Amino acid sequence: MDLYEYQARDMFEKHGVPVLPGIVAETPAEAKAAAEQMGGGTVVVKAQVKTGGRGKAGGVKLAHSPEEAEAAAEAILGMDIKGHTVHRVMIAAGAKIAEEFYFSVLLDRAQRQYLAMCSVEGGVEIEQLAVERPEALARVAVDPLVGIDEAKAREIVDTANFPEDLKGAVADVIVKLWGVYANEDATLVEVNPLVRTEDGSIIALDGKVTLDENAGFRHEDHAALEDKDAADPLEAKAKALDLNYVKLDGSVGIIGNGAGLVMSTLDVVAYAGEQHGHVKPANFLDIGGGASAAVMANGLDVILNDPQVKSVFVNVFGGITSCIEVANGIVGALETLGDAATKPLVVRLDGNSVEEGREILAAANHPLVTIVETMDGAAAKAAELANA
Amino acid sequence: MSIFINSDSKVIVQGMTGSEGQKHTARMLASGTTIVGGVNPRKAGTAVDFDGTSVPVYGSVADAMAATGANVSVLFVPPAFTKAAVIEAVDAGIELAVIITEGVPVADTAEFFAYAQSKGVRLIGPNCPGLITPGQSNVGITPANITGSGKIGLVSKSGTLTYQMMFELRDIGFTTAVGIGGDPVIGTTHIDCLEAFQNDPETEAIVMIGEIGGDAEERAAAYIKDNVTKPVVGYVAGFEAPEGKTMGHAGAIVSGSAGTAQAKKEALEAAGVKVGKTPTETAELMRAIING
Repeated sequence: MDLYEYQARDMFEKHGVPVLPGIVAETPAEAKAAAEQMGGGTVVVKAQVKTGGRGKAGGVKLAHSPEEAEAAAEAILGMDIKGHTVHRVMIAAGAKIAEEFYFSVLLDRAQRQYLAMCSVEGGVEIEQLAVERPEALARVAVDPLVGIDEAKAREIVDTANFPEDLKGAVADVIVKLWGVYANEDATLVEVNPLVRTEDGSIIALDGKVTLDENAGFRHEDHAALEDKDAADPLEAKAKALDLNYVKLDGSVGIIGNGAGLVMSTLDVVAYAGEQHGHVKPANFLDIGGGASAAVMANGLDVILNDPQVKSVFVNVFGGITSCIEVANGIVGALETLGDAATKPLVVRLDGNSVEEGREILAAANHPLVTIVETMDGAAAKAAELANA
Repeated sequence: MSIFINSDSKVIVQGMTGSEGQKHTARMLASGTTIVGGVNPRKAGTAVDFDGTSVPVYGSVADAMAATGANVSVLFVPPAFTKAAVIEAVDAGIELAVIITEGVPVADTAEFFAYAQSKGVRLIGPNCPGLITPGQSNVGITPANITGSGKIGLVSKSGTLTYQMMFELRDIGFTTAVGIGGDPVIGTTHIDCLEAFQNDPETEAIVMIGEIGGDAEERAAAYIKDNVTKPVVGYVAGFEAPEGKTMGHAGAIVSGSAGTAQAKKEALEAAGVKVGKTPTETAELMRAIING
């Protein structure tokens, strides 16, 4: 889960990372009130979007009075930045910046440890810096059993070639940022820019944080950080039913068991779709291992409520999941829907109790259901029906 | 021959007395695995009956190993307790720990992996189906009745794609099929399995199944090019996955332009690996190799 800048700012503050005052606002009036609350002087009005490049898009404006902050918020709220609509702005205190630096710590999947990256050249696109001047970006491995202690922070600022008089202060902030990473179960903490102000303070001016959703059970406060208004309504419904669902743009609804098989099913449908009007999958839906008939029925309910879906492909290889449960789930869901069910279903079952599962479907003999024995054949049938 | 487990493997189950643990212990026993004990500190000294087979419960991994000579542990422990359970198994000196649990915080995995590595213990998983050497030992949740022993080695990030591929190639059979799991950090990688299969005289050819996220497949491709002389066929899932969305497995995510299925397929093909467009097509590529 990626956080907004204002959420990252609040999290930094909680862990003692130096940040500037900042107040989030959802309307121009709130923006004005926030600017007044911050003393009525110069503030920065910043669009809150989970994408880069907002400055270039006009999503960051300087305001010298509460009225100007109101006008800036008016201009920024509702703006589209790379497909992200701006619903909130952060009113941040102005800072007299002397220098800009860069720091991040993230999960290094390949090395199965953490990686700290740091540069005295901040404020720029870091991917660009890494390509054009890799020598300017210090990369320091972090042992998961040790983390970033004072010695490691010192190694990072040494490697990044910070001036001697700044090393201590920057290393202190880096240790505190590691506190955010470790104590909040983050997989990314990035500060760009980390600045030195004219009065000599080191401040995290803009932050990006990604949290590990698997660690949610030990962070009750993380649930409140979720971006509920941005979620697709079908994704929200699926989540409420505890289904693993991702909305896509195509017209073939997909249900399967196991993340790998479902991903593969999307690909096989798109491949088959090349022969059938280039139809594509409408969603990813994994009912998981050992799913009951009720879970299967819930999945069908979500997918059949997607107006973009023209046909449905149920692709199950029963390992723990029994094909009996899958078949009963399909039959039960279609019974509940009655005449409201109008979309054709192609079903491919294999594995655990496959014969019994196919028999249940054959006995129900529902006019909308077609059983196809192979995955590729079933994908072709589902694509053909979506293109009819 | 086989890799990692065989008929000599003596297996204990951490979390055997829980509902998942009981269900899968019964299945492992039914498929011929030598299960010698379970671990639960609150139920030490008791035993669980599995259809006539009584399996003793020990208070710790160390006690279980001392009493039974176990060398493999399989974990059905909830995510909040997985780290402690793995560290306990490592400290007791287990050779191999197979972690089935889904939903382990990645910081915990990074920590227990680093610890296990420092002690020379192999981990498989987390968030994986485990592994099976058909006819000898089945450690985890893989259905044992899909196919039997044969010449193919299989390594996959996905459980159900493992089952699908075993089913497709059921006429040929497998030395060992390893589900390494779909989390961002896993204990045993594609490369570890490729190396083991290359060194296993019974394995004639290898199927490698990957999916979006990270660069494990690209690194495996480079490894194959330099080190693997046995034929390898590949399959990669997730071409249709949108950028920035987690597709079921915690590690299955395309971030910006990194971790795409296309890049993985190209890397494998550049290393001489034939890559199928569907699981069935991939199986056909393997069948053509085996049938010469």
